Amino acid sequence: MKIKKNVAISESGYIFNPSTGESFSVNPTGIEIFNMIKEGKKIEEIEQLILKKYNTDKDTFEKDYQDFLGFLKQYLLIDTHDEKED
Amino acid sequence: MTKKKINIAVTGLNAIDSPGPGIAVIRSLREAVSFDVRIIGLAYESLEPGIYMHDLIDKTYQIPYPSAGAESLISRIEYIHEKEKLDVIIPNFDAELLPFIKLEKRLKDMGIHLFLPTEEQFNERQKINLPDFGKKYHIKVPHSKAVYSPAEIPGLVNEFNYPVVVKGKYYDADIAHTQEQVQAYFNKILNKWGLPIIIQQFVKGTEYNATGLGDGKGNTIAAVPMRKQYITDKGKAWGGISIDDEEILKMTDHFVSSTKWRGGFELELIKDFTNTFYLLEINPRMPAWIYLSVGVGQNIPEALTKLALGEKVEPYQHYAVGKMFIRYSYDMIVDVEEFHRISTMGEI
Repeated sequence: MKIKKNVAISESGYIFNPSTGESFSVNPTGIEIFNMIKEGKKIEEIEQLILKKYNTDKDTFEKDYQDFLGFLKQYLLIDTHDEKED
Repeated sequence: MTKKKINIAVTGLNAIDSPGPGIAVIRSLREAVSFDVRIIGLAYESLEPGIYMHDLIDKTYQIPYPSAGAESLISRIEYIHEKEKLDVIIPNFDAELLPFIKLEKRLKDMGIHLFLPTEEQFNERQKINLPDFGKKYHIKVPHSKAVYSPAEIPGLVNEFNYPVVVKGKYYDADIAHTQEQVQAYFNKILNKWGLPIIIQQFVKGTEYNATGLGDGKGNTIAAVPMRKQYITDKGKAWGGISIDDEEILKMTDHFVSSTKWRGGFELELIKDFTNTFYLLEINPRMPAWIYLSVGVGQNIPEALTKLALGEKVEPYQHYAVGKMFIRYSYDMIVDVEEFHRISTMGEI
């Protein structure tokens, strides 16, 4: 799973998709996870980092993570050619 | 080194809520890097705001409506040309393009240059011909039909699913959800623009536009795609953002190369929920948001002027993505004397 190369996120959590002209905003946790996905981190690594930093459990993380990915896919922010890598 | 000065006449000075492109074209020409300009405004009505924008327009003349015929138009242009020595005219209204296309050769003989689509190109992309245009050039267009009588309205259910878009020949579009609404919009648009009325299948989705310039030989000189961000109740973009959409750029290239389009244009597109683009309209001129092209690095009015003058123009290769235009309205204070002058003398 890879974020499209040309999709950028600002420090304040503002995501701009230059292909469609759409923009979205995410909260601070969203920024962290978005950046980790963009850096190419695997889900296991992201899970570890989030569970270590925040007071949450594995099930909640997985559910929220999949929800987040669903939004990224729905809004065409994911490079579909690379989906196999997920 | 001083730049050469070109006298350019521009129409479409109606910078109103459904604006003509004239003011945006003039702003672009004033920012041209390859020439200086003297701008002559050509206005149809005394209250077109551009007439009173003296920082943008050096002199304005009133011209006759296209319905008055080509002879009446050319005799007025002869008068203006005598005083202003015009080099180029840039017409910006759909309804005046055909008379100007027909006059192109006569104007050239007078030393006035135009850069417009051919009559065939102009007619082929007319709203009533769009379905055939789509078939011929393999471009997806929503189903549409020209309607000449209210008696045809009940039969539309056999071809269309409501809602449908009811469109005028040149301007206006309303979304109708019932047969009764089609009837009402039919009458409203008929009174304004005459027959036929075009019924087009409504496609739900996001609106995109692309503006560009074809050199008449199949080359795309400029192309800028934009997503509408703020749309007025008349469906006009009041705000938009330049985007990097490969599919729109491909469609634009395909449109220019297959039709050998000559001149400025605007493609109106919609992307449905399956991410499929449909071509809704082709406007055979630059759009009112053309100044965005300058903002992203492609001065289309400047390039068009050079092509009109027979100069070689290299295609633009890049534009800035993520640049927005945000339109605004502005009140000018004008002395009634100026209004009287343009109303009675026809020039100011």
